[in-house]
Amino acid sequence: MNIWPIHPLRGGVHPPECKTLSNQQPIQTAPLAKQLIVPLLQHLGCSTQALVSVGDDVLKGQLIADSKHFISAAVHAPSSGTVSFIGPQPYPHTSGQLLDAIVIDTDGLDRWCPLEPLANFKEATAAELLEKIRQAGISGLGGAGFPTVVKLSPKADQSIKTLIINGTECEPYITADDVLMREKATQLMLGIDILVHILQPENVLIAIEDNKPEALACVRSALQQRNYYVVAVPTIYPSGGERQLIQILTGKEVPAAQLPAQLGILCQNVGTVVAVHDAIIEGKPLISRITTLTGQALRTPMNVECLVGTPVLELLEFAGLQQAKMSRLIAGGPMMGFTLNALSAPIIKTSNCLLAATAEELPAPPPAMPCIRCGDCAEVCPANLLPQQLHFYALGDDHPQLQAHNLFDCIECGACAYVCPSSIPLVQYYRAAKADIRELEQKQVKSEHAKERFEFRQERLRLEEERKEAERQARAERLAKTKADQAKKAAQAEAAGQQASTADDDVKRLKIAASMAQVALRKAEKQLETHNTEELKSQIEQLRITAEQAKQALAAINAAAPTPAPSKPVDDDLKRLKIAASMAQVTLRKAEKQLATHNTEELQTQVEQLRVNAEQAKHALDAATAAAPTAVEAAGVTEKAAKPELSAAEQALKKAKIEVAMKRAALRKAERAEADAESLAALQTELTQAEQSLAELN
Amino acid sequence: MTLPRITSPHAKGANRTQRVMLLVMAAAVPGILVLSYFFGIGPLLNITLACSFALLFEAAILALRQRPVAFFLKDGSVLVTGLLLALALPPYSPWWLIAVASGFAVVFGKQLFGGLGQNPFNPAMLGYVVVLISFPVEMTAWPAAHSIDVAAGLQYVFFGQALPDGWSQATVLDSLKTNSNLTLQELWDSNPAFGLFAGYSSEWVNLSFLLGGLFLLRKKLFSWHAPVGMLAALFIMSLVFWNGSGSDSHGSPLFHLLSGATMLGAFFIVTDPVSSATSVQGRLIFGVGVGILVYIIRAWGGYPDGVAFAILLMNLCAPTIDYFTRPRTYGHQTAKRGFKTGE
Repeated sequence: MNIWPIHPLRGGVHPPECKTLSNQQPIQTAPLAKQLIVPLLQHLGCSTQALVSVGDDVLKGQLIADSKHFISAAVHAPSSGTVSFIGPQPYPHTSGQLLDAIVIDTDGLDRWCPLEPLANFKEATAAELLEKIRQAGISGLGGAGFPTVVKLSPKADQSIKTLIINGTECEPYITADDVLMREKATQLMLGIDILVHILQPENVLIAIEDNKPEALACVRSALQQRNYYVVAVPTIYPSGGERQLIQILTGKEVPAAQLPAQLGILCQNVGTVVAVHDAIIEGKPLISRITTLTGQALRTPMNVECLVGTPVLELLEFAGLQQAKMSRLIAGGPMMGFTLNALSAPIIKTSNCLLAATAEELPAPPPAMPCIRCGDCAEVCPANLLPQQLHFYALGDDHPQLQAHNLFDCIECGACAYVCPSSIPLVQYYRAAKADIRELEQKQVKSEHAKERFEFRQERLRLEEERKEAERQARAERLAKTKADQAKKAAQAEAAGQQASTADDDVKRLKIAASMAQVALRKAEKQLETHNTEELKSQIEQLRITAEQAKQALAAINAAAPTPAPSKPVDDDLKRLKIAASMAQVTLRKAEKQLATHNTEELQTQVEQLRVNAEQAKHALDAATAAAPTAVEAAGVTEKAAKPELSAAEQALKKAKIEVAMKRAALRKAERAEADAESLAALQTELTQAEQSLAELN
Repeated sequence: MTLPRITSPHAKGANRTQRVMLLVMAAAVPGILVLSYFFGIGPLLNITLACSFALLFEAAILALRQRPVAFFLKDGSVLVTGLLLALALPPYSPWWLIAVASGFAVVFGKQLFGGLGQNPFNPAMLGYVVVLISFPVEMTAWPAAHSIDVAAGLQYVFFGQALPDGWSQATVLDSLKTNSNLTLQELWDSNPAFGLFAGYSSEWVNLSFLLGGLFLLRKKLFSWHAPVGMLAALFIMSLVFWNGSGSDSHGSPLFHLLSGATMLGAFFIVTDPVSSATSVQGRLIFGVGVGILVYIIRAWGGYPDGVAFAILLMNLCAPTIDYFTRPRTYGHQTAKRGFKTGE
């Protein structure tokens, strides 16, 4: 037989094993409970949803709860009977909180639902086998209860080279894996064959602590012709920790915050492998497990094959519980297990042991003394941390130091607290500190989200304001136009009666407009001094031209004014010039506003806008200067005919241009703010729509 | 029925602070016996007085600090402080000297810093150094071996009566330091204080402390790093600077290993977990530092022995050593070291 080289474990302790208490007799079958409490969440991951309702009859092995999430494990009826309740029920958790469960009143018949065994798994593809494993609801039976199918589906770039079958069972008292390997070695081998068929690893290592000679012998004899390595690893706690076992077997360390798959290694507990065997070869879902019932408060400690959902109390009574002697009930082992304070909680897929301990066995923790920095904790820490430093920093809530001392690499094995001469509950300090840090981190994430939301709202309000401003402008222009039209009509009506006085009035107004254009120009020039950009310069050039033209128009009108005869067209021109002047005003306001934000991209679109405006003003002025001094009526008539149409078209065009500019600006803003793809795409389509309508108008 | 909610681990190793302290005291027994063989009841008087004073001061200041007196007295740490101080002081030290030393050790060296586990300096060494500097006459009055007049000693200890002539004798470290004209051979022949390799009594005392130290090492009370570091450094220093047997000789490596408080320091003081470095590598550095300083003080310093000073100086360095000797955590590429970590 081949020998696989092993490496020493860093640190570790040798607590009294107490394993002979429970491994001296074969696996017993627990009596069927009258009521099975089947929690919807028995694994690490997403909870399942019940697929049955109260009153439904279920068969043994029938799917009763499932989840659409990948990281989840289906739940099956452990025995036949009737669903009597679905809702919060006791749950084996240290918090003692209730959890949703399906309660089945068993009918005692234990009738199976039809099963689909797959005797020749070698003909099935890996995907088919994985699907069957998923359907069987298998999650890790060793400890954390991670869904097995997820572990067996490594990332594409992480092929599994080494498959480790973990039969170390380093926790004191627990012998569930020990007796399983003794009695189900054949199934274990077939289970490994299935995993090998799925993963195609180069090496298969079956690690068993050397304090289980019977299990080692059974597994070795079941090996037959297979080229798997059965490795007897030295007995030391916590050799069975995934990361520790990998270190023992390969000498490699799983990088912090990474999974063993990073090293091409996959670990599976022996119980899980047998469950895989049952699921594939026999078609049976995971509805029962081997649980160690031990502790000196039990008359006959033993290992039982029990159904998931069996209440703890019934099992303990089966093993001869002496309630008066029991001072502590632990789910799991004495190093990492948690205390149960309700005997009504059920066995779940991860329940490997129930330890009913007497006060002599596990005495109440002595009062903690001050740390004397003896360093024993650092010596035994398998993660090579400095537990005493972590303790000091945890006392002081010094989170940066805790993280710098790699608090989150602590696996909470309890070796430090076990050796501490001052009886300091070190692991509890680390758990609390970890919870504190996680909570703070969550709070920080929350507040960052809130900040993001606030900023997004501000941005949205700003865009809204811009849109309103643009609308306001358009409205003002429309109003000016209608006013001009009205004034035109009024002037036409008045023209018959009085002539000279209105002309006088208009000249005055024109003067004001011209001077305002001048002021606008000066202001813009001032702005130019402070923010000298190319766009601004050209904009100011335009303003200057506009002002100049306004001046010229005024001069022309002044020259024309004395002649009273062509008062009507002059009046018409005056109105239009007034519009031009007011537009210059608007331009100014806009320029000022844009300058306040210093946004060059937006300035660009703004300048485009300004150019259109200036162009229009120039057109109007040209027309006015051309029409004013000369032949009046004809021009007046043609103008009157052409202008309304032109202006309507121009209005639409302008509006479309504004629309495009705004959409573009919004999109750029969103891009800069790294908005999500969805909203970017929405903005993009809006922009293209606006551009299309603009193109149509052009 | 309510069952207690207790977090893991539920199993608890047998080691307790009290057991640690008891083992240390037990390991000092061979040393105490050998000292008593050479110096009569002197060392026992020292121990009785020092432990009583230490307990008294500890109880008083715990009461003043409103801490549970009995709970902390039971841990035994103050008895270890008193014991180590008593073993360091010359046998038949006056009661008031012991009172000052143990008072300073317990009150200033330990409790004012926050009590057990909080003191940066080894309390016994602090108390020792205070009286060494303050009362040089009493501190150099080491009695000559076997020449004990118990009655005179008691009178001296309790009533301050003068010691009879020939009572005290310069220690070998002192003799070697002050010697300027004799070769080592001449010195050995002329002075009855010298024994086979070192002092007539000191070599046996040191060997007995070495025995106790090995017992503690076997009991895994501490790792070998600090004591071996110190002894190796002292050995190498004395070997490197061993300039033969002339009148200016600093003594042989064996002389240094078996003289003064070498073994007491190496196995009972340097291994004090509270005031030394915590990491394995740090403890090695700590021990080496002590060894080097002991030799420097013995060879070129103002005092014949330097164990106490060397330890106090290295106590000062311990936190810094710890900063720079953090181990590499499992799964990490490098260790985070230096002052800035975590800031």
